[in-house]
Amino acid sequence: MNFFTRKKSASSAKERLQLVLVHDRTDLTPAQLEALKDDLIKAISNYIDIDPEAVQIGLERDGREQRLVADIPLRSVSRHRAG
Amino acid sequence: MTAQVITVTSGKGGVGKTTAVANLANALAMDGKKVVCIDGDIGLRNLDVVMGLENRIVYDIVDVIEGRCKLKQAMIRDKHYPEMYLIPAAQTRDKNAVSPSDMVRICNDLRADSDFVIIDSPAGIERGFRNAIAAADRVLVVTNPEVSAVRDADRVVGILEAEEKGTPHLIINRLNQALVRNNDMLSAEDVLDLLGIQLIGIVPEDESVIIGSNRGAPVVTDGKSRAGLAFRNIAKRLQGIDVPFMDLDQQSGLWGAIQRLTGRK
Ligand SMILES: Nc1ncnc2c1ncn2[C@@H]1O[C@H](COP(=O)(O)OP(=O)(O)OP(=O)(O)O)[C@@H](O)[C@H]1O
Ligand SMILES: [Mg+2]
Repeated sequence: MNFFTRKKSASSAKERLQLVLVHDRTDLTPAQLEALKDDLIKAISNYIDIDPEAVQIGLERDGREQRLVADIPLRSVSRHRAG
Repeated sequence: MTAQVITVTSGKGGVGKTTAVANLANALAMDGKKVVCIDGDIGLRNLDVVMGLENRIVYDIVDVIEGRCKLKQAMIRDKHYPEMYLIPAAQTRDKNAVSPSDMVRICNDLRADSDFVIIDSPAGIERGFRNAIAAADRVLVVTNPEVSAVRDADRVVGILEAEEKGTPHLIINRLNQALVRNNDMLSAEDVLDLLGIQLIGIVPEDESVIIGSNRGAPVVTDGKSRAGLAFRNIAKRLQGIDVPFMDLDQQSGLWGAIQRLTGRK
């Protein structure tokens, strides 16, 4: 192990724990989160035109609270109507 | 007198629950409090040896539950502090010999004439853990600054919240400040940030803890030990006394930051 990776072991412990704890607390695997994202995109697309590629969904931590955060950019409405 | 019932638990094994119970009980007794410890680790009795009381055991907690003796008969008086007692675990029985309602009943009987009842929980989240938390007014979660211990502590905190036991307080045990300084151990700040609960004490890694256990004389009785001082401070906080956190690392402002983080000054 070289000097630089050794130096960072505490930081990598913290980063790994942050991820693990979010999934432990919500009982949601990364695969389930992916499936949820697909379902959400389908449901929203029934009402409004979105760009599936640009959708971002993730779990965020705030103290002991978990939050599902979604960023869903809409396609321009005028373009949608013209099309 | 109405005792405060405190349960010490952790999720992961071997992080220092029994050590914490023995030391907090001794520190509270040194402060003149009447303390009863209960070893909740049925089948893996340990608190007796750590407290140096193994030769005095006649009856255990299962004898009380199954009516073979009175509660008072199973309370072993400490050698140095006549106001400190231990109710030992049964060694030859399994954890199903005790139920959560047994624990509630025993603790209610103890409440009237003690200041503190301290319960040593077994590792895990099974029956023994459920028994140990059943009667708790306050839960202390012990962890080490290490990935698996922190992950398991988080599970336990989640279960305690789901069971409406309130948010527990955290003891970070075996912190090695030299490793933290090298960024090779999670800092107390990191652990607090990850778990999101309130800190009640940080206990440094200290070989005098092991020496104390060898002798059956918990380290709080050693005036020179850093770990002993940390446990004495936690015992004060349990009594509602606001004690500043120890400065484990004089060279950095880290400890000030932790104290701000937890609302203590
Ligand atoms: N601050 C410390 N510094 C050095 N050693 C320690 C410290 N705290 C605990 N230990 C040692 O760690 C070992 C495990 O401690 P202990 O038996 O208290 O853990 P536990 O959580 O009760 O374990 P179990 O889950 O098996 O009941 C013991 O050998 C103890 O002496
Ligand atoms: Mg133990």
